[in-house]
Parts: sequence; C-alpha cells; structure tokens
Amino acid sequence: MKILVLISKVPDTTAKISFTENNTKFNTEGVQFILNPYDEWYALVRGIELKEANGGSVTVLNVGRADNDPIIRKALAIGADDAVRIDTDDLDALNVAKQIAAYAKDQNYDIILCGKETIDYNGSQVGGMVAQLLGLPYVSLATKLDLNGDTATLERDIQGGSEVIEVKLPFVASAAKGMAEARIPNMRGIMAARTKPLNVVQPVDAANATEVVEYSLPPSKQGCKFIDPDNVEELVELLHTEAKVI
Amino acid sequence: MSVLIYAEVSNGKLAKNAFESINYGAQTAQKLGTDAIALVLGEASDAADAGKYGVSKVLNYTGEAFKNLVPEYAVAAVVDAIEKTGADVIVFPHDYTGKAVAPMLAAKLDAGLVSGAVELPDNSNGFVVKKAVFSGKAFAHTKINTDKKIISVLPNSIGKNVGDGSAEVETVSFDVSGISTSYTVKEVKKESGEISLTEADIVVSAGRGLKGPENWGMIEELANVLGAATACSRPVADIGWRPHHEHVGQTGIAIRPNLYIAIGISGAIQHLAGVNGSKTIVVINTDPEAPFFKACDYGIVGDAFEVVPKLIEAFKKFKAEHQ
Repeated sequence: MKILVLISKVPDTTAKISFTENNTKFNTEGVQFILNPYDEWYALVRGIELKEANGGSVTVLNVGRADNDPIIRKALAIGADDAVRIDTDDLDALNVAKQIAAYAKDQNYDIILCGKETIDYNGSQVGGMVAQLLGLPYVSLATKLDLNGDTATLERDIQGGSEVIEVKLPFVASAAKGMAEARIPNMRGIMAARTKPLNVVQPVDAANATEVVEYSLPPSKQGCKFIDPDNVEELVELLHTEAKVI
Repeated sequence: MSVLIYAEVSNGKLAKNAFESINYGAQTAQKLGTDAIALVLGEASDAADAGKYGVSKVLNYTGEAFKNLVPEYAVAAVVDAIEKTGADVIVFPHDYTGKAVAPMLAAKLDAGLVSGAVELPDNSNGFVVKKAVFSGKAFAHTKINTDKKIISVLPNSIGKNVGDGSAEVETVSFDVSGISTSYTVKEVKKESGEISLTEADIVVSAGRGLKGPENWGMIEELANVLGAATACSRPVADIGWRPHHEHVGQTGIAIRPNLYIAIGISGAIQHLAGVNGSKTIVVINTDPEAPFFKACDYGIVGDAFEVVPKLIEAFKKFKAEHQ
C-alpha cells in the first residue's frame, strides 16, 4: 500500500501575527515555524498507522523551499519512510495542487491524505483540488478512516451531525480531529530521519490563480467592560441594549 | 455574466447558511450590475424563499443523486448550471459542504477560489476578496486572477437581510449516470435536539474552571435558557469531561456566534483563535489576570458556581419580560 501525506509549514500557534512591506508580506521575524498540526497529528499519524497495519510505505510531500526541510525531517522522524519537496513557492492553492498532482499522477498512490486546512491560510482547498486533478474521489474533513481490503470507510462531520462515507481505493481525504492521536517522535526516529531520502523535485509551469495584495488586522477589542458579580442583571441589560445580541 | 449561489439544503429545506450565501451572492451581483441565481441541489420545500434574500431565480436540481452530498455529482451540477446561466462568479458557504465541493470545482474550472470571505468583493481594482487568515487573527485581501471566480463565505460574517419577494423556481432533472465515482454515503447521523455549534447564534462554553464533568448541569441550563449551543475548551475535551465535538479552538471547531459566553476558560491563544470571530464575548473567571479578559467585551471576575446560577435567573427574568 502506497500512502502519500501532504504536509505544510505554518507559523506556530502562538506566533504574533504582523506584516511588513506596506502590509503585503507576513513578518517572519522571530516566528517559529511548525508542521501544520492537522497534517501532523491526524493525516500523517493515521497514514503511518495504516502502513503499520497493512504494510507499504508512507511518503510525505511538501511544496516549498529548502527552509522547509526541518519540518519535513520532523515528519520523517514521526515515521514517514521518505519525502518529496517540490522546489517552488507555495503562494496559491491551485498552483500547489497542480504541482502535487503533476508529481503524484504516475506514482499510483492508494491513499492521499492531508490535514483539513492549514492554520495560516485556513483555505481547506488543496486536498479537493488534488483529487479533482487526479480524477479521484475526495472525502473532506474526515474524523475516522478504516480500511477493509480495497474499500475505505470514513466518517465526516456535517451540519448538525455526521455521515459515513464508503469509497474505493485510490482516494484523497482531508483529516480532522478524531482521526488519530498525535505522536511525539522518539530519539530513534529522529536519528533515522537524518538518513531517510528527501527528494527535491523541480516544479511544473503553473500560474497563480489568486494572489494576496494586502493583509490587514482586525480592529482590537475596545477593552473589557467589567461587571460586578453581584449585579449580573447589568450584564443582561448591556447584552440587550448595547451589544444587541439577545 | 451572472452570479451563481450554491444554496445548501438541510432536512428538506434551505439551510441557515444558504440564506447568508444567497445574500452575499445577491449583493455581489448588485455591485457588479448583474443577476444572481441560486442553485439548489435536492428537495427544498422552501426554495422560493430564496427570493426573500435577494435572488429572483432558483435552479432546483432534483433526483436521488442529490439526497446526500456526493461531491462529484455536486460539481457536475454546478458546472451544468454555470453553462446554463453563464455565471462567472460562484458563491459557496465555507462550511462542511462548501469545503467539499468548492475546491474540486476550482480545479475543474481552473478558477481561483478564495475561501472564508468576510466581505463583498472589491471590484475597484481587479477582483479582490477579503478573507480571514491565521485563524481569524488577520485578513488577506486576495485577488482572483482567473475569469471564473469562486468565493466561499465564512458563516456569520455578513449577516442576513430578509426582504419580501419570492423566487421563480425552475426544476432541472439532471442525469448523473454518466459520472463514475466510488463515493457513497452509507449513513447519515443527525444529533437530534442539540443545536449545531457552528450554526448557533449563542454559544455557552466552559473550561477547567468548572472542576469536573458533574458540574456541567448549570452550563446546560444556561444554554437552554438562551437557546444556545454548548462548547468547551481543549483540556476539558482531552480529559474526557466533554465530547470532542464540543471542543472549540484552533485545533477544534472555529465558531463565529453573535454571543460567546466563556466560563472558567483562561483564554489561551489557541482557544481565542477558534472564537475570535464572535461578535460579542463575555468572560466569567475567578482570575482577574486571565488573558481572556484582554480579548472580551464584558467580564465578570467571580466564581462560576456563584455567578452562573444568578445569570440563569437573570436571563430567565429577561426572557419572561421579552416574550
């Protein structure tokens, strides 16, 4: 069984978000970058579990420059067998998806997994785009994935409930909370990751369908209005007359 | 040229998110000086109500294929509707459905997609859509460079304007037999009675400050009085006091209710990332130094076990007076 897991590099969840160059670029100064949690905790770990149960291999793929290599090595330390990095900037989801599809189309992967979204752009786009480009079914926001031969059973959340999806291999799925438990790489994994293959692949020609022209920050809260715990009626009144939410 | 809106159906009726998508699409069409048409897949008894939200026409694709969401069928139907209407702006809700269909459609049409839009597109210089990024901590004004433009709208970001009017509903019977997919919906589980967290106007949430799962009775009662959904912080879900599907935050569910009441939650940055789109935030915490007080609108420094019961009584009284 050949499993491909798509991974992204994102700013740490506690990173301070600011911008430079007239609010056109994300300010990376002092920002620590991590493996996107949804890719790591759910997609990658479930991929490794499926490999452990069924045999085969897990390849991680990242679209980005050489400064992404530390997070790729982390994915290898957690248990992926090898890695591919497509050497281009990841500025637009459709362009990224075309890079991935161009690489994956001749590789006969049985399962392609990614996180449900990245925690920086929150787009939730690349998985579905890759599926469409490869002509594969796409199960989005899956919270559970089990295999039975060449059939997979997945659960996904829907408005006010959940649904059970059955799909034949090969397919693409995006992973949400519930699909697996995070794994912390151990020393053996970290040592082994240093020598696992990381193949750098040249990009294909593709245009950016979208581009960020400017960033902005939300207006900061006016400041908290404190209410006496013995006078909660005042809160009710303010929610009604001032905030107008009840 | 026109704007096509994917209006979601839930339980045989237009879904709550559909009205906001329709509003967004209708207002976008007005801005662009063109028409807006809603696309409804499956049976929706109130499809004509789309007119109240600003469209004059609904294309209703019917048939067994649309009983549940099969993304390939939905994509094919949208492509067909685009051909029929000549639409070059397509609007989705950025929810469980939009996230399944919009990216596939974008790849199919080779079109740019901006997901999580919070404002109408700005067409003064190109076609730029403001979207939430960094889990709501910032916005990216994103230009779409392709002829066809796809937008998915972040729920509860532009609100809903209800007017008069009824839309003309044209039924389209659509044959999906030529579409081959192994994707099958085997079962749909609906949580009966509970208010869906992502759709709720009011959410009451609690954290470790509650000391144990046995103390959630008053949280549920408060939610009940307000017609609210209940939520929790990550530690509470992780130790099993509450189910995982209630976890809101950066790695759980992101919500944008009108009112978010956080009880006994300190307000770690990861929690804030999941709730900072809320219109009004109320924080109740014993610790005056809790970081959440810096990110809220109203705060009560006090013991939840004393404050919440009083709050329940106060809201009950308010509800009785404002029936």
